[in-house]
Amino acid sequence: MSKAEETVIEVEDLVVKYGERTVLDGISFKVRRGEIFVILGGSGSGKTTLIRNLVGLMQPYSGRIQVKGEDFTAMSDDEQIDLRKKIGMCFQGAALFNSMTVGDNVALPLREHTKLEEPTIEIMTKIKLELVGLSGFEDYLPSELSGGMKKRAGIARAMAMDPELIFYDEPSAGLDPIVAAGIDVLIREMQQTFDLTSVVVTHEMESVKLIADTVCVLEEGRVVGIGSLDDLERSEHPYIQQFFARRPDTEPSGDSAYARSLTGLD
Amino acid sequence: MIRVAGTIGRWTLDLLAAGARVSVLIVDTVTWLVVAPLKGKGLRVRSTVEHFVEFGVRSMPIVGMICFLIGVIIALQSSYTLDKWGANRYIATLVAASAIRELAPLMTAILVAGRSGSAITAEIGTMKVGEEIDALEVMGLNPIKFLVVPKFLAMVLAVPCITVIAMFIMIFGGWVAGVLIVGVDSAIYIEESIKAMAEKDLVTGLTKSFFFGIVICWVGIYRGFQVEGGAEGVGRRTTSSVVTSIFLIIIVDLVFTVLFYYL
Repeated sequence: MSKAEETVIEVEDLVVKYGERTVLDGISFKVRRGEIFVILGGSGSGKTTLIRNLVGLMQPYSGRIQVKGEDFTAMSDDEQIDLRKKIGMCFQGAALFNSMTVGDNVALPLREHTKLEEPTIEIMTKIKLELVGLSGFEDYLPSELSGGMKKRAGIARAMAMDPELIFYDEPSAGLDPIVAAGIDVLIREMQQTFDLTSVVVTHEMESVKLIADTVCVLEEGRVVGIGSLDDLERSEHPYIQQFFARRPDTEPSGDSAYARSLTGLD
Repeated sequence: MIRVAGTIGRWTLDLLAAGARVSVLIVDTVTWLVVAPLKGKGLRVRSTVEHFVEFGVRSMPIVGMICFLIGVIIALQSSYTLDKWGANRYIATLVAASAIRELAPLMTAILVAGRSGSAITAEIGTMKVGEEIDALEVMGLNPIKFLVVPKFLAMVLAVPCITVIAMFIMIFGGWVAGVLIVGVDSAIYIEESIKAMAEKDLVTGLTKSFFFGIVICWVGIYRGFQVEGGAEGVGRRTTSSVVTSIFLIIIVDLVFTVLFYYL
């Protein structure tokens, strides 16, 4: 098997339920090593649930998830911790620890998981922050940073343990287009510099065009299309077409139809 | 009729589910507190000390103040009755016994529940809302080890410590009122106080306060992990954390008082 074809994540027939409600229904896909795999879907399509399952924060109802050939569900606690050291994750709201400085946030995994000396950790923290364009911000508290800077700090923290695999949950959510584009460029740079397999959950078409190697489109818990951006643009599937064209669900024609759709009266 | 049975059934199920979640929390805490350090997985000593300072040292001014005033109040209130029989010297006995057996542990626990129990819930709740708990887990850092154990250890150590100090401050408050206001002779007051301080009472009071610490901490943590939604959820759980704590403190107090009554 050539290096490019090596599978890092394999999801087979994943089903996730919240109580009686099925959120993800029979999801299957593979993520190849070194690619940027984008999970695209509207609000409520289950994409955040999917990423939470991939990193083992939630247990699936049925199906199998293999990360680097290992199954999260069939692991002891120690094995889970070992696997998690090789995984980075950036959360939607960055999820920095608000009581710690940015530097301590980035240094935390190093302090907890390695036996490195403090000066080494400090240097590594500096390097990681420089990587994301935040050098000199070690002593700031997260509350003193802007939204985009928080996201960058979150990426620095996710990169702290030099992971082989990184997950981004809505990296450009809540950011203006310029800052969001900056994050997209950063995601691409990280992937190219470190041969980092990246899984990005998003609903922003602009990001997808910029970073995606493979796109997986989710609609109401089902995969409706998977492939390169070109493949999907040629897809006949109504939801994919609608999503790519940014069309609303119903297009009421005329004032009376609009009023009817609002009031539900004839 | 069916509706009543249904409601009772639902309550029972809710109660059992809550019981199950609390026991998981207790088992996890004890595992990370006792078993993990033995396996060389470490205990977060620095964080524990910081929390001890926060829960214990920093709550000393308010606890001391309140306990002093309560000492004054009990002395004056008891003088109201004792004066009729010319038994004002027993103000000392009354203040010392009630401070050590009951009031100092109880007041301290209630104040710490209001001050630190709520803070624990708010902190953990905010971290949960902000995905910080998830972030810990994804980094392979166990939230129980990282957040819960240091707080737990600090709390069960801090509450008995400040309770002891609170006991003496309350007795001092009684002395101030008894000697300076009622006019009991200072030497007699001190003599009676020392006579009233039985070793058994001290053990009773401290045992209680140890369990009060456990209650405050577990309720705070449990409510914190229950937080869902946003800021509103944090507020609601913080309120219920204090209410539940105080309720359970009284229950634990009752259980131990009954227990020690027969011992």
